[in-house]
Amino acid sequence: MEGTEEKTASNPMNVDVEMPRQRPKERVKNFKEVALGYTEEMAIQEARRCMQCKNPPCIKGCPVDVPIPSFIDCILQGKYAEGIAVIKTKNSLPAVCGRVCPQEGQCQMNCVRGKKGDPVNIGRLERFLADWEREHGAQIPERTPSTGKKIAVIGGGPAGLTAAADLVKMGHAVTLFEALHVAGGVLSYGIPEFRLPKDIVQKEIEYVQKLGVDLRLGNLIGRIHTIPELMEQGYHAIFISSGAGLPQWTGCPGENLGGIYSANEFLIRVNLMKAYNFPEQDTPIRIGKHVVVIGGGNVAMDCARISMRLGAKVCLNYRRSRTELPARREEIENAEEEGLMCNFLNAPAEFYGDEKGWVRSMRCTCMELTESDEKGRQGVKPIACSDFEVDADTIIVAIGQTPNPIIQRTTAGLKTDPRNGTIIVDEDGRTNLDGVFAGGDVATGAATVISAMGAGKRAAKAMHEYLMNEGPRGERPSTGN
Amino acid sequence: MYRIVSKERLAHKQTLFEVEAPEIAAKAQPGQFLIVIPTEGGERVPLTICDYEADKGTVSFAFHEVGKTTKELGTFEKGDRLFNVTGPLGNPSQIGKYGRVLCVGGGIMIAPVLLQAKAMKAAGNHVTTVLGSRSEEFLFMREKAASLSDEVHLATDDGSVGEKGLEFLTDLLKKERFDRCVVMGPVVMMKMVSEITRPFNLPTIVSLTPIMIDGMGMCGVCRVTVGGNMLFGCVDGPEFDGHLTNFDELIKRQRTMLPEERLSSILWENKGRCKCGRN
Ligand SMILES: Cc1cc2nc3c(=O)[nH]c(=O)nc-3n(C[C@H](O)[C@H](O)[C@H](O)COP(=O)(O)OP(=O)(O)OC[C@H]3O[C@@H](n4cnc5c(N)ncnc54)[C@H](O)[C@@H]3O)c2cc1C
Ligand SMILES: Cc1cc2nc3c(=O)[nH]c(=O)nc-3n(C[C@H](O)[C@H](O)[C@H](O)COP(=O)(O)OP(=O)(O)OC[C@H]3O[C@@H](n4cnc5c(N)ncnc54)[C@H](O)[C@@H]3O)c2cc1C
Ligand code: SF4
Ligand code: FES
Repeated sequence: MEGTEEKTASNPMNVDVEMPRQRPKERVKNFKEVALGYTEEMAIQEARRCMQCKNPPCIKGCPVDVPIPSFIDCILQGKYAEGIAVIKTKNSLPAVCGRVCPQEGQCQMNCVRGKKGDPVNIGRLERFLADWEREHGAQIPERTPSTGKKIAVIGGGPAGLTAAADLVKMGHAVTLFEALHVAGGVLSYGIPEFRLPKDIVQKEIEYVQKLGVDLRLGNLIGRIHTIPELMEQGYHAIFISSGAGLPQWTGCPGENLGGIYSANEFLIRVNLMKAYNFPEQDTPIRIGKHVVVIGGGNVAMDCARISMRLGAKVCLNYRRSRTELPARREEIENAEEEGLMCNFLNAPAEFYGDEKGWVRSMRCTCMELTESDEKGRQGVKPIACSDFEVDADTIIVAIGQTPNPIIQRTTAGLKTDPRNGTIIVDEDGRTNLDGVFAGGDVATGAATVISAMGAGKRAAKAMHEYLMNEGPRGERPSTGN
Repeated sequence: MYRIVSKERLAHKQTLFEVEAPEIAAKAQPGQFLIVIPTEGGERVPLTICDYEADKGTVSFAFHEVGKTTKELGTFEKGDRLFNVTGPLGNPSQIGKYGRVLCVGGGIMIAPVLLQAKAMKAAGNHVTTVLGSRSEEFLFMREKAASLSDEVHLATDDGSVGEKGLEFLTDLLKKERFDRCVVMGPVVMMKMVSEITRPFNLPTIVSLTPIMIDGMGMCGVCRVTVGGNMLFGCVDGPEFDGHLTNFDELIKRQRTMLPEERLSSILWENKGRCKCGRN
């Protein structure tokens, strides 16, 4: 019946069901989740808006091809367990994706409902099902018979978790090596608790472990074992998903003063080591009254919102203007509601410290926009003699990350892009080395959770084919097929 | 895993642990370090590897109780398990046949410098070891040093044994020619030794101890300035050329969290027991 309804602006079906959120004044004082999730009634009401398109364009926007209309239909019928099972055929981390995927630029961008009003809120529905499942206990699929192949996955972020889950489901023995003492990658150390609660990430990791993945924490590949050593140890194929964790710097004088954090240091202290709970937790974070965050992406936005929660006044300094801010719209709005100030069109030039070596102020240069480059992105150039100084006792540099170089440095012959250190792969994640695959941020540079997962899935499929058909290094698999 | 197989008190507040970690033991080399998390939810502290036995599957590290986490570590006993030990991290030392090598260890870092001495000796060098500390009671592993080196000198701040202070190194360098110097100890000491060796053009390798969190190149808190470049202590080091290191910046950066560290330490001492609830 929904599909036949009139599509006018006044049609209530054109408006999506709002998700309840903590009020800005309250939430800026805590680290609890901002968005509270749909109730059952809300979810059904929103699910009703889906027109169950025959040729659903939403799926085309999903990097992992989740069968969107069919899981939405399950919600309508109250078959939540089935709904989550439908999602999990394609996506092992729905509770995460339902929270942090940029749906507005993917599935929801294509949704037919979006032409006349709000698109169906696919992300919120996905989150609803994932949360429902967590409350009701997840089903673990049966183990597939073993293929006798051993696979090493390096890095426990979304790309690695996805590839590991898919590969173990195909019957391979998978060992997942994670350098930190907690898996999850950016989900655990980067994205703050108030956007993605860590117990949810932990549950998703447990699920992947229950599938049969052997998770080894505190194993930095490149140091404890190198890629060639893993090959010698009998791993038939390797997937590198070590992310893009190397911070970039401004290069301005004074950058090593105390109080100047890379976004990563700040995020690791607060999220992974839970410094917001100091001194109950042992890792401290020192934050002043006036924080400047340099950058304009999601990472900068997260750093700014954390700083506000730690009680600081925060200003975001961005090189370009508001229209070019790369962060998700929703997060910019959230941040501004919480009291973020923005200072556009300026770049840092120098940092000044006090006698103890702690930062006290920063000199900035005003910038102006110039013509767009090939990619359509506005260029910027400094305006002569436009420098000004701002007081700041904490500065967070959030201007991008490149891949961790340890694996690249310790794997002879592995082809990387000399400009940024990303590993060069084909569409299915094959590197130039036989049996070695890579994907996620380590191959693309900093991107998104879902694109990393998509890369993990494609690589898993290609690795499976490689192992079952070609066999490692040209051998035929002994198990036959 | 990470079971403590032996605990040895080296001196007041200074302890040596030998820990079960077969994979790390198989790979460890002199100059590398571990990140130790004593209890779940605890801090990640970097500690230098002072020995390893691949056959036995153990690695050893020594620590000085300075703040909350190292004090807590001190309460662990033989048989207890550490929550996590990650390693080996950092680049191994360059061990080669240089000729005459001077190894200088200060305080708790005497323990790891002896691993260097051992490796340097095995590589065919003539090894002179200097053990330095506050006073005689803090000088440990003297016999081990003697057995591993061709010559041993002792130095204490108060002169209670051996030379008083490190000034005697200048005389030593005037008398004897060395080809390489390796220093591990408090940053002020590494700075001092680097200043002493500079006029002699003696290549001097220091093992820097900036604040670290991940120890794998992600956070950048361990950045140090060496030869005018920003480098990361954990992945580019921890060993660097002492003559090119900006020690003053490092000293300032090490102190950035001092008020918080003090608070944490006081709170812990007042609780009188560790959080893991073992006692
Ligand atoms: C603050 C922040 C906010 C973000 N917000 C969003 C968002 O809202 N939505 C979104 O879609 N994306 C967001 N992103 C981007 C997204 O998180 C990443 O694109 C995604 O996590 C990449 O996944 P990955 O698996 O490739 O790498 P990572 O998540 O980086 O995981 C890599 C893992 O590999 C481990 N590792 C590294 N080297 C080694 C080694 N040598 N041996 C063993 N393990 C190793 C690391 O410890 C890490 O756990 C955000 C990123 C950040 C930093
Ligand atoms: C590569 C490396 C090797 C090291 N090897 C040894 C060793 O073999 N034995 C030993 O006793 N100590 C060693 N240290 C120093 C040791 O890590 C610190 O003393 C320890 O982290 C202090 O923790 P805490 O909580 O007890 O003290 P805190 O109260 O936190 O700090 C006391 C002082 O220790 C230093 N410090 C604090 N946190 C860190 C940190 N995360 N990383 C480095 N320094 C810190 C600071 O200068 C601080 O002022 C090493 C450090 C590094 C970086
Ligand atoms: S495009 Fe929109 S309306 Fe059509 S099936 Fe997908 S979610 Fe439903
Ligand atoms: S400790 Fe984080 S980069 Fe070195």
